[in-house]
Amino acid sequence: MDWLFFGEISLAGLAMGGLYALIGLGFVIIYKATRVINFAIGEIMMFAAYLFLAFAGGMEMSPWVALPLAVLGGSLLGGVIEKVMIRPMLGESSISVVMVTIGIASILVGVVEMIWGADPQLLPDFLPRKPVFIGEMYLAPKIAYGFLIGAAMLIIYLLYFRFSRGGVALRATASDQAAAYSMGINVRRVFNLAWVFGSLAASLAGVLVAATGGLSPQFGAIGLSVLVVVIVGGLDSIVGALVAGVFIGWLETVAGAYLGGEYRMPATFAVLAVILVFRPYGLFGTHDIERV
Amino acid sequence: MRIGDAKQSYEADEAIWKSSTQKVWFAVLLLVLAVFPFMADAYLLYLGCMVGIAVISTTGLNILTGFTGLISLGQAGFMGVGGYTVAWLSANSALPFPVTLLLAGLLAAAVGILVGLPSLRVKGLYLAIATLAASVFLHFIFAEWESVTGGMGGLSLEPAHLFGLSFQSDFEMYFIIVPLAVLMVFGATNIFRTRTGRAFIAIRDRDISAEILGINLLRYKLMSFALSSFYAGVAGGLFAYFYRVVTPESFPLSMSIFYLAAVIVGGMGNLLGGILGAAFMTLIPEALKLLTAALTPFYPNAPIFMSPMLEIIFGVLIVGFLIFEPHGLAEIWHRIRRFFSLWPFKN
Repeated sequence: MDWLFFGEISLAGLAMGGLYALIGLGFVIIYKATRVINFAIGEIMMFAAYLFLAFAGGMEMSPWVALPLAVLGGSLLGGVIEKVMIRPMLGESSISVVMVTIGIASILVGVVEMIWGADPQLLPDFLPRKPVFIGEMYLAPKIAYGFLIGAAMLIIYLLYFRFSRGGVALRATASDQAAAYSMGINVRRVFNLAWVFGSLAASLAGVLVAATGGLSPQFGAIGLSVLVVVIVGGLDSIVGALVAGVFIGWLETVAGAYLGGEYRMPATFAVLAVILVFRPYGLFGTHDIERV
Repeated sequence: MRIGDAKQSYEADEAIWKSSTQKVWFAVLLLVLAVFPFMADAYLLYLGCMVGIAVISTTGLNILTGFTGLISLGQAGFMGVGGYTVAWLSANSALPFPVTLLLAGLLAAAVGILVGLPSLRVKGLYLAIATLAASVFLHFIFAEWESVTGGMGGLSLEPAHLFGLSFQSDFEMYFIIVPLAVLMVFGATNIFRTRTGRAFIAIRDRDISAEILGINLLRYKLMSFALSSFYAGVAGGLFAYFYRVVTPESFPLSMSIFYLAAVIVGGMGNLLGGILGAAFMTLIPEALKLLTAALTPFYPNAPIFMSPMLEIIFGVLIVGFLIFEPHGLAEIWHRIRRFFSLWPFKN
């Protein structure tokens, strides 16, 4: 066994896993606050990445202006989706709400294809190109810097939700909506903000992932990997999203490198199946007790 | 409610045809279905067959999702099992189509039971994701188990045959697909007049309460999975006979979503809704094609926008129906019927 190769692959996988963790975090924020499983998160990422392409490529803005604008656009999209399509579904069965997000995903794919065409595209380079070495192991610079930006965002999020007023409001709403409401928390606003913040994390990750791997209307399929991450970690657990994100990213890359690309999905879904059978609520999720 | 419609016995309440008018209309429908292939042109025949297959699969998914409340993203995978079974049997045996279709259904049902096993522990969306995992594995098997499935190239089939008759054209396939669709929808109607069907509905409404009432959850949930996948398997087998080729790409994840959308647009937990939804969702892309063809002389770019437009329409239909018409096309149908039965007394 070639340990150097294994190390390099693992490193790339862990870096990818960091981005998965960020997307998973966005997913979990939305789920915690509104109990909605967002099948459209991959498409929200894609939309933000296309916005970046339009700003940086089409309008020739500096990438460092285009990146915040694109991320802002993506989070705005999340907010609008919540207001227009998710709010009316409040109190409906979870199947219906999930199907609404699947419908939204389909709409976004269509819109993107209509505006930017169906062909795969490359994002303009904006990350430093100098190769990164950790010890002897080489890491592609795009992946390394993508990971650093993602990790920085992740830390900001964690601190925000731990200490700020908004973060406390979100956690209060997640644990008991009625109690939060009676303590003067604007629950509706929390719902909306959760979608905005969740989409913000996803949008940033979307641009970073697209910068390494290219962009096409099928980009949203990454949402399936994220789904695995959040189920393995536990739908309502931020720690779970982080741990599972890094692990699934690593597993996917290693399986892809050693067994071939067609094994990426089955490998992660096998972990998912095992988790569903033995710990249906995920590694760190809360186990709901149901009563009649 | 019709005037003079008071039921005086349970038999009357459970009857399939509540009035003789309904019997007449049903006979008319059967007659139309029987005469249709002789009047229709090739394109309409093709559409008829497509709708027939979609009706079978949608009805199956409706049993699982609409009546038992278990959401499944694996329908395309189960259809694939049926399709590949038929394809493999047609290459490696001389069995006539009723046998191969039955085997396709049974094998799909067996896979369905396997996939349904986690349903006792996990439910709701977790279950949806378990079925999603199943469809990923099935797709992987279709693509990689080359000695049986032919890998990415897939398998091609001999035409369906029975007693020396061979069913090749759309016209001939119509006489397999549509009677089978009628039969299977009829079968589903009857399931919901039995204890089993009512148990499904009880599980959908509140599974814990159903368990307290003495319904064995695991057994009935698995039964629902098995039935639903049986329908999917038969539909997949017909799909294979109809196109005479199956590849892993014949049964993508988007197909599972398509059938879920058909159930929702038609009306969850309503067999008539399933039929309407299947027909509606199958015909929408065709209608869009016609529209594009009509627009192309004026806007030469129209064909480019067709495929994204289809995605958008598909999404808007799902979202729109869920928000504005959650009971689906079936509810619209009932509203129209009510209008005519009350007309002219109500304005």
